[in-house]
Amino acid sequence: MSRVLANDRGTPPRLSEQQVSVLIDGHGITVPAGTSIMRAAVVAGIKIPKLCATETLEPFGSCRLCLVEIDGRKGTPASCTTPVEPGMTVHTQTERLSRLRRGVMELYISDHPLDCLTCSANGDCELQDMAGVVGLREVRYGYEGANHFGAKKDESNPYFTFDPTKCIVCSRCVRACEEVQGTFALTIGERGFGSHVSPGMDEHFFDSECVSCGACVQVCPTATLMEKSVIANGQAQRSVVTTCGYCGVGCSFEAELQGDRVVRMTPYMDGKANHGHSCVKGRFAWGYATHKDRITKPMIRATIEEPWREVSWEEAIGHTAAEFRRIQQKYGRGAVGGITSSRCTNEETFLVQKLIRAAFGNNNVDTCARVCHSPTGYGLKTAFGTSAGTQDFDSVLDADVIVVIGANPTEGHPVFASRLKRRVREGAKLIVADPRRIDLVRMPHIEAAHHLALLPGTNVALINALAHVVVAEDLIARDFVAERCEADDFATWCAFVSRPENAPEHVAGITGVPAAEIRAAARLYATGGNAAIYYGLGVTEHSQGSTMVMGMANLAMATGNLGRSGVGVNPLRGQNNVQGSCDMGSFPHELSGYRHISDEAARALFEAAWDVALEAEPGLRIPNMFDAALDGSFKGIYIQGEDIVQSDPNTHHVEAAMRAMECVVVQDLFLNETAAFAHVFLPGSSFLEKDGTFTNAERRISPVRKAVAPLAGLADWEVTMALSNALGYPMNYKHPSEIMDEIARLTPTFAGVSYAALDRVGSIQWPCNAAAPTGTPVMHIGKFVRGKGRFVVTEYVPTDERTGPRFPLLLTTGRILTQYNVGAQTRRTENNVWHSEDLLEIHPHDAENRGIRDGDRVALMSRVGETTLRAQVTERVQPGVVYTTFHHPITGANVVTTEYSDWATNCPEYKVTAVEVRPTNRWSQWQEESEVLRESTRRVAVAAE
Amino acid sequence: MTRVFVPCDSAALSVGAYDVAVAVAAEATARGLDVTMVRNGSRGLFWLEPLVEVETPRGRVGYGPVHAADVPSLFAADFLSGAAHPLRQGVVEAIPYLANQQRLTFARCGIIDAYSFDDYLAHGGLRGLRRALELEPAVIVGAVIDSGLRGRGGAGFPTGIKWRTALQAESAQKYIVCNADEGDSGTYADRMIMEGDPFILIEGMVIAGLAVGATKGFVYIRSEYPHAFRRMRRAIGVARARGLLGADVLGSGRTFELEARLGAGAYICGEETSLLESLEGRRGQIRYKPPLPAISGLFARPTVINNVISLASVPIILDRGAAFYREFGSGRSRGTMPIQLAGNVKRGGIIERAFGLTLGEIVEEFGGGTQSGRPVRCVQVGGPLGAYWPRHLFDVPFDYEAFAERGGMIGHAGVVVFDDTVNLARQARFAFAFCALESCGKCTPCRIGAQRGVEAIDRVIRGDRPAAQIALVRDLCEVMRDGSLCALGGLTPLPVLSAIEHFPEDFEPLRRPVAAQ
Ligand SMILES: Cc1cc2nc3c(=O)[nH]c(=O)nc-3n(C[C@H](O)[C@H](O)[C@H](O)COP(=O)(O)O)c2cc1C
Ligand code: SF4
Ligand code: SF4
Ligand code: SF4
Ligand code: SF4
Ligand code: FES
Repeated sequence: MSRVLANDRGTPPRLSEQQVSVLIDGHGITVPAGTSIMRAAVVAGIKIPKLCATETLEPFGSCRLCLVEIDGRKGTPASCTTPVEPGMTVHTQTERLSRLRRGVMELYISDHPLDCLTCSANGDCELQDMAGVVGLREVRYGYEGANHFGAKKDESNPYFTFDPTKCIVCSRCVRACEEVQGTFALTIGERGFGSHVSPGMDEHFFDSECVSCGACVQVCPTATLMEKSVIANGQAQRSVVTTCGYCGVGCSFEAELQGDRVVRMTPYMDGKANHGHSCVKGRFAWGYATHKDRITKPMIRATIEEPWREVSWEEAIGHTAAEFRRIQQKYGRGAVGGITSSRCTNEETFLVQKLIRAAFGNNNVDTCARVCHSPTGYGLKTAFGTSAGTQDFDSVLDADVIVVIGANPTEGHPVFASRLKRRVREGAKLIVADPRRIDLVRMPHIEAAHHLALLPGTNVALINALAHVVVAEDLIARDFVAERCEADDFATWCAFVSRPENAPEHVAGITGVPAAEIRAAARLYATGGNAAIYYGLGVTEHSQGSTMVMGMANLAMATGNLGRSGVGVNPLRGQNNVQGSCDMGSFPHELSGYRHISDEAARALFEAAWDVALEAEPGLRIPNMFDAALDGSFKGIYIQGEDIVQSDPNTHHVEAAMRAMECVVVQDLFLNETAAFAHVFLPGSSFLEKDGTFTNAERRISPVRKAVAPLAGLADWEVTMALSNALGYPMNYKHPSEIMDEIARLTPTFAGVSYAALDRVGSIQWPCNAAAPTGTPVMHIGKFVRGKGRFVVTEYVPTDERTGPRFPLLLTTGRILTQYNVGAQTRRTENNVWHSEDLLEIHPHDAENRGIRDGDRVALMSRVGETTLRAQVTERVQPGVVYTTFHHPITGANVVTTEYSDWATNCPEYKVTAVEVRPTNRWSQWQEESEVLRESTRRVAVAAE
Repeated sequence: MTRVFVPCDSAALSVGAYDVAVAVAAEATARGLDVTMVRNGSRGLFWLEPLVEVETPRGRVGYGPVHAADVPSLFAADFLSGAAHPLRQGVVEAIPYLANQQRLTFARCGIIDAYSFDDYLAHGGLRGLRRALELEPAVIVGAVIDSGLRGRGGAGFPTGIKWRTALQAESAQKYIVCNADEGDSGTYADRMIMEGDPFILIEGMVIAGLAVGATKGFVYIRSEYPHAFRRMRRAIGVARARGLLGADVLGSGRTFELEARLGAGAYICGEETSLLESLEGRRGQIRYKPPLPAISGLFARPTVINNVISLASVPIILDRGAAFYREFGSGRSRGTMPIQLAGNVKRGGIIERAFGLTLGEIVEEFGGGTQSGRPVRCVQVGGPLGAYWPRHLFDVPFDYEAFAERGGMIGHAGVVVFDDTVNLARQARFAFAFCALESCGKCTPCRIGAQRGVEAIDRVIRGDRPAAQIALVRDLCEVMRDGSLCALGGLTPLPVLSAIEHFPEDFEPLRRPVAAQ
């Protein structure tokens, strides 16, 4: 269970124009029609006893504690299920009601163990509270009768236990799993007295469909579903509201603490991105923050062959500054650079790019967002004028047609997926465009209207074919286009998509999607009401990633699906602060707020504020840094919170570049793969250890609050500041709020953002300025930011990465729910029980042809490298396509991915690699070598006593 | 050609009607006689089943109970001309049990060939629907309201009012659901209609569809009724072939589709909301009300859900007029009720009569006392959730209000007779045990309370602090009655409290006949 909600109104709010006035215990109260008596009562300040009702779930009416009397009505209806009606007079406390409530409670307790004092929910249990409220003094039934005291505890889930002896069968958990999470893992087994909560068909939680989101644990009013961390440690004493450090959904959490120890993370009810929901990562997988692998002392070494030497912060910072200055003197000012992190806060990211531009004196700053969503920024800015998604997450609840392209929300963005699924259950139609049969294609109570199972690398052909149908069948939103888009561009675009090579009948041959399916999907999108596109890295990580983003923007404009709730073009961002790191000026060519570095006015603003001259030329992008390192002109790099060796494509190339550098500085929580090549290691601080903000995929800036002190003594922003000062460029922020104030001063879209404002309203969606003082949930209402929407001709150019006789299969990559990107965090939690290794999904035909059986070790080879992993034979992938995740360093999926990348932004083409697969019984050479390297480069010298 | 009627009703089949039919056919062939055998439903005179009838100029003459072994002797006695035989019951219509009834809903049951649409038409079938097709929906609904028809499934809610709610609910799709889950102990009227006169139910449902604007119906049939299910399915097929169902009902251009569904085998699935859950493919669990099913029912669409008998009573109301129907009955209980007499009784069967006859008349005059020959001690009316009635209340008229006033209910009009060997503490225990067994488990009073009730009565029976336990049971009954989400838990106190009230001696520790057993 989670903490009893202090002001739980019992049933969800109802929206209605019509207001209804009622009298409850003599208090007049007016509420929207459809509101339950229970909720109306709470609004009037009257609490009615309850157990099965809670504000996050639809009413159920099972516990029968909330009975009331209504003048002129027979009986004692339940206040949670009875809506108010005009003129009702309700009594919540009468002799009769007291008797009934006590009677119900007497029944409950006749089947409940009496071990409150040693119970893990002691002090935070709704059953206990209610027994107190109704004044239960005696259980006349005795305890000899039938009971569930012997029921077995289920401890199979690594994070929570299910103790059915304490269950009151209120079904809150079952309903939460259905309504909130949408997984339908739980049911009530048997009936009558035997009724019990059953994962699947009386399976263990771990073996059931359960995805460990914690929604059921969250709503359980007793100790039945309880976090193991609370069982082990006891109830928290204080809590801090903060933001999840994992994915781009940006869920709001309460870190519950005892002193400096986190005992539980619970999704925050008032969090606007998650509304009290969570996934297994944010909710449970926070143990990495205190994992024994955390490095908490700065370390340096002269060469990577040497063991690490622990040093003081002063020495580490001084050494780094000296090295960078030495390199710059020897090789030139441009020989050093840095990488900001999408994992760190806006403030930290801003500071790193400031350090590079102001203290290093060049623009060699890039961010790991380069490898995921750079095409989003480019494409959406070109079309609409803003490098960000158009909607807030809640917008999906107004969508009638939902298109998911190259994203797997149930794995990658689970909390958003739950809302999406809820909307589909309410009747919205779903179109999935993905090479794989992802779960959304078909799962309990969800069935996609169309699954466009295209071949990897053919996105643009598909989007053009969809557009072709819209134009050819005249499904265009003429008024919208005429009023809001550039007419000439539109005409050119229409002529382009009308060309025969863009007709579904032709494109079917390229994509493998039947023409009729394309036509039907296009018609549905164009005519099905509010249509919203959600996309992920399956769009961006292609050689035509930016083209595809613009293709989707074209389609949305042509059908008028922009500028209101329920529509839009929405990236699902991978990491917690991808949006923020892009916003903060992390790209070599852009200052914060996406102002080009060559823009005199913008540069002048920063130069004045920073009191330094800035280079007008964009600096190196990450791949250029690698190339420059290999040709000897780039020698020092400061990498904050990113594992480029594991996450960037073509590992061989990256490793060679790293080896060619003289000073590699890694700032991270762990000795990651990149640290193997580092000369300086600066211990990082986890999201629990610092103040700051993250910006999620809906442009929502949410506060990150320091819950515990930094393990290494300094927060990341303090380290960057120290480095800058050592380099002779002074930075003197006393608190990250001052960094935000500077960001706000220098960035028009952030003008209204401050910590004070965030404390006041919880979170803010940029743009937030004088024109939009409370932020902007939906963009481009009435008018595009760039003025008129721009149609861009999006010609399909097949990637150079082609299958052939040597590499006949296409590899595409993705993520899984329980692991997070390179896995540095999640691998150091119990989440490993779900996904302890990366598997290669391969279709039974392809497996059969190669003599591969499920579970066999296989070699995965491309023209650039080879690795091995185990095969999973499944029809989830289509013949000719194989798929794997990239969470485990030993798999090294990027050993095989190539150097191809998006033409506009260099975002790597992770999603398409021509490969061959064959059975093997040993590791690849790279795996052998990297294992040795990992061992040898992680040694830390034992300090002399 | 002589027409011989051998019933095909499950009750008749269970006592050998099939063998009788085979024997009659064989014997007729052997004797070279021109006999047409009709498989009719049952007349509902169960002590006479299998009741073989022969069409004669004087009317249909009945013989029963006939066993296959009796068949040669019947032929030998020339029963085909209605001649004398020890099993001869005379002209069936004149048997007092039947002659004293007022058969409106069961007018055809047992008379016609249940599968023959033509037979149905020949006996006045479809007249109600034809009339309805000429009327505006509101007028049909008005007729049903005026008739005073109340739900025959148990709750006795005015059928026309329910229809009006559904008619006024706005929705592109509405449904008619027939509740044929007939779970009450000692009841079988629904089954008899489905097996003996299925078209009347179909006709009633089509009329309901016209009345509220529903185009699709379901008959949810108890899983223990496989025979009725098959017959209903077949009748639906015939009705579709003959244009009663489908896209163009009787050429009117109106649509009504019907489907038979087999129940989930739980008593609670007879409760309307849990029936809807079950129809939607979920586990049969109670939904809270409001919203009423008439506003948000099956798949959240407006849904009329009615008992078989309620729906089967509609055609005659439309045919003969509301006034005709409401002539019958007493007080606010209008029309006729098919009372189902069962248990320890000499002449069990269906008694369709206007409301108002007394319990005594039912048990003594129709029933003829107990089968065992021992004195009647009590009856339970209204199924397992109905009250127990002692003899001194046998003057109570069979009428919704009169029953309710005395702490009982009519329910689906099942009357179960007990002789003086019954122990009412045992019966009270059974009431809790039944509730515990059938509880859907959703609400606390019923889920835990029923179990605790069993345990408390057990203590009473054991003589363990009986007074305190009875006080506890009374408190429990209040919690269950007022606190339960549905009538299963809510009505269980009826049998329990009536037993305690009318038969306190059975709960006294000194008189413990059960212990001796
Ligand atoms: C536990 C329980 C069981 C019920 N079983 C039946 C049943 O088997 N058949 C039936 O027609 N009604 C049954 N009912 C009544 C229905 O809930 C509902 O009132 C009825 O179907 C409405 O139709 P009517 O108005 O035509 O009677 C049952 C009610 C309860 C509470
Ligand atoms: S769950 Fe609550 S009532 Fe039950 S033992 Fe624990 S604290 Fe006590
Ligand atoms: S596990 Fe908790 S939430 Fe689920 S039914 Fe039991 S008490 Fe209720
Ligand atoms: S943890 Fe989530 S998925 Fe698992 S049973 Fe609970 S609600 Fe369902
Ligand atoms: S009274 Fe019994 S059957 Fe009815 S809802 Fe409650 S538990 Fe279910
Ligand atoms: S809170 Fe209303 S019935 Fe449980």
